[in-house]
This record gives sequence, structure tokens and C-alpha cells, in this order.
Amino acid sequence: MIITKNKPFREILGAVGEIKSLFLLGCGDCATLCKTGGEDELREMSAKLSAEGIEVAGTVIVDAPCHELDTARVMRKHKEEVGKADGILVLTCGAGVQAVGDSCDKPAISGCDSLFIGNSRRHMHFYEKCSACGQCVLNETAGLCPETRCPKALVNGPCGGAVEGACEVDSHNRCVWIEIYERLKKRGQLDDMLKIAAPKDYSQTAKPQRLEGPQEPRE
Amino acid sequence: MTAGKPDGFQEALENRFTVTVEIPPPRGADPRKNLEIACAVAGKVDGVNVTDNQRGIVRMSAQTFAHLLTDVGCEPILQICCRDRNRLALQSDLLGASALGISNICVMTGDHPRLGDNPGAKAVYDIDAIQLMKLASDFSRGINIHGKPLKKHPSFFMGGVINPFYEPLELELLKVRKKIIAGARFFQTQPFFDMETANAFLEAVKPLDTKILIGVTPLKSAQMVDFLNANVLTKPIPEEIKSRILSAADPAEEGFRIAAEFIDGIREKADGVHLMPIGQISKLPVLLEMIEE
Repeated sequence: MIITKNKPFREILGAVGEIKSLFLLGCGDCATLCKTGGEDELREMSAKLSAEGIEVAGTVIVDAPCHELDTARVMRKHKEEVGKADGILVLTCGAGVQAVGDSCDKPAISGCDSLFIGNSRRHMHFYEKCSACGQCVLNETAGLCPETRCPKALVNGPCGGAVEGACEVDSHNRCVWIEIYERLKKRGQLDDMLKIAAPKDYSQTAKPQRLEGPQEPRE
Repeated sequence: MTAGKPDGFQEALENRFTVTVEIPPPRGADPRKNLEIACAVAGKVDGVNVTDNQRGIVRMSAQTFAHLLTDVGCEPILQICCRDRNRLALQSDLLGASALGISNICVMTGDHPRLGDNPGAKAVYDIDAIQLMKLASDFSRGINIHGKPLKKHPSFFMGGVINPFYEPLELELLKVRKKIIAGARFFQTQPFFDMETANAFLEAVKPLDTKILIGVTPLKSAQMVDFLNANVLTKPIPEEIKSRILSAADPAEEGFRIAAEFIDGIREKADGVHLMPIGQISKLPVLLEMIEE
């Protein structure tokens, strides 16, 4: 899922500017699980905005706002409330904000910062394990992604900076290359580490990417 | 094209005990002070490592300073890290270094920017140390990054670095083997402070059959011991060495004595030493004299 964090309320007010009436939109999927754009957060935000003298014309949760046609349909369904507002405050990831922005003429104001694709282990604990790099190396790295879990995205072994197994950049993280090494050693495949991984081909993942219709696997 | 001792760094490493030193480029735009130190050691060492924004802290371009070193009679070993430049910039710098007469390079990953003085900088690491080593080796064989012929190609004598205190050491040594496969022909290590640890390490790397320059950093004070333990080293300085510094009337002098004793002990076992006189760079000639004695 896409992990989000609420922007500071003062920053949101700065973006709202002179707007005096807002429609609020949240996400029933990722932002609900992150507690940044679910029912509770929309209610809290409504109260805070009202306290600042900003009218809340209505609120809605879209199942998955990144689905653009669904979002457009929900916005049409709420056109009366949306019509009373001068802007839409969107408590979702950046994908949702842009889907809302494309569905109406009124400004879509982002209430969240999008952080990463996250795995969750328990309630409100999220971990970045995949960065959608387009050229998955998991089959070569014992199923652990160094592209994401090494701050230097090294694909040819560790940088050598780990202290007692902890990453030099963030000591809360164990060096992923030590974990890869341990798994390969257990499998008797340490020699695999001597294979030189070639530089990545970033031409294949130049932004913005698109995928239209069924695709053939890459050559 | 460049001058150190008469036989040059590569020849020295192939034939005798070799001494390299690390002289970082200045933090500002005036290189004179650092060049004066270089002048004082020219002819007394076999190579001078020029660091590349080490510890992620901005300094004068390593390539520029390496070029200036050749002007004062030092043979530079240009450190190149992967943190700050993508593959285009690295390739053009390799070609540029060669054009400036710089043939020794030491390739490394590079400390993450978050640890340096520009923590908000984008970490590049477009290619890693292994990939850059392979690229530089291919250049030296007249092959470009696309596997096509490279006319008027450079010829590098390339090395890398080893962290002897990395645990598990088996993993670090796998990476060293990979660096050798990618074309590294010598290695410089983080500083050692006692013979026992150095001997064990030299035994462990013997099967790799490569040239090892053992790192040496003279200790200056008790504060320096604490700083190195906290910020630089992945294994603390042995208590015995620390207590010699703590009880010395002149800790810096004692630090030089410890370093000289260590170098004397390692002379027959290692291919050479790599001196990193952190914070005492101007006293380098004194240490070199002590080693020669």
C-alpha cells in the first residue's frame, strides 16, 4: 500500500489560503489503514477547519481514489456539495489528489505527504521493502531487495560501513546485505555473490511511466 | 608523467614495501597549505591518496587537487566514489583524469550524504563500486561501457578499499574477491592499531593473492581515540593502545611512536602501509622520518 503522513495543519491552512468553503475527500484503502484519510481523520479535519472559520460543505470516502473513473463518478454523485465548496481538501496519497484534481475544475488541495510503498507488520507499523524499480533483482538477492533496503541501492554487495550489523545510515536497520549473505550461506549459494550485477537501465523506467493494455514480458 | 619516488607507485608495490599517504583537498579554494604538505613529502612516499569529498563533506574537487599534486612532484592516487556522480560524469572524469596524467585510481562506494555536511543532498549511486571498477578496467582495455572499442583509451592502475573490521569478515572478503574480479589490483585498509589484529587480517587475505596496504593513523589525544571510536571505526581501538595515549606526557608523540613501532612490525608481512594522519597532516614529514630510521 501507499504510506502517507498528514501534512502539518498550518501548512494545509497555508495551501487553503483565502478559500472559505471546502469539500473533504478521503481514501477507503491505504489512507484509511495509515489513519491519514479515513472516517476518523475526515471528522477530525472537519472540526479543525470549522474552528478556523472554514465551512465544510461535505465529506466523502472513495474506496480507492487512485481509480480515476470511480473518483470522477463519486465526485459527480456529490456535485451539489462540491458545488458549494471553493476547493477540495484531499486526504490521500498524491495519486488520489491528482485523480480528484482531474475530475473537477476546483482546486484539489493535498492534505498528506506520500512516503513509500509499505508492508505492514502490525497496526500502524509500515516498512519500505519494494520501490517499484522496474527491474526486480529479488531472484538474485535471496528474496531481499537491496534496491530499496540499502540506502545506497547497492546491487553488488555491502558498502562495508555497517557497524555490528547495523546500517551506517540508520542504525535501526540491519544491513540488508548481511541478511542476503546469511540466506545465501544457509542455502549453500554464497558463490552467487561473486556474479557482477550490471548497471541498471534507467531508460526503461523514465518518468512518467505508463502501462496500457496487456504487456509482453521485457526482452 | 608524474613523479613520486623514482620507481613510481605501481612499480614500488610490485617490488618493495610501499608507503602511501592521504592528503585531502582543502575545504576552501586555496590549495597552497595542502600543497606545501605535499611538497614536504614528495620523493619520500610512493603515492598520495586524494580523497573524494570524504565522509560526505564538501572539499575541492579531488581530480583538480590530484592534478595540482603532480605539479609539485607527487604521484596521486585519485579516490573516486559513487555517491556524487552518475555514470556519465564518472566516465568523463576517468577520461579527464587520464588526460591530466593521473593513472592510479582507488574506487569506493562513498559514505552516504546523510552522514556529511549536505545531508539533504540526493545520493546518486547510479553505478556502484564494482560496476565502476569494471568500467575503469574495460576502459583500460580499450572497451567502452557498451562493449565497443574505445579509441585512445586510458590505462589505470586501480585499487579499492577494505574494511578489515567488518563483520562478518567472510562477507567483506567476498566483496573484495568481487573487486578483484572487477579489476582491482591493490587494496588500502582502514587503520589498524595493534599487530595482533593486523596479523590475523593479513592471514585472512593471503589466499586472495592481492596487494595490501595496511592503514595507519597516528593517535593524537584521548579525545581523538574517543572520536574515532564513535565516528569512524567499526571496531574500537584496543585498550592497551588507548592507555598508552592516556598516560603519555606528550600523547601526540606517543601516537607517532605507536605508529612507527606498528609499521616496523608489519614491514615483512604487508605490501605496504597507507598513512592517514587525521588532524596531523602537517606533521607527516616527522612520521616519515621516524619510519625511515
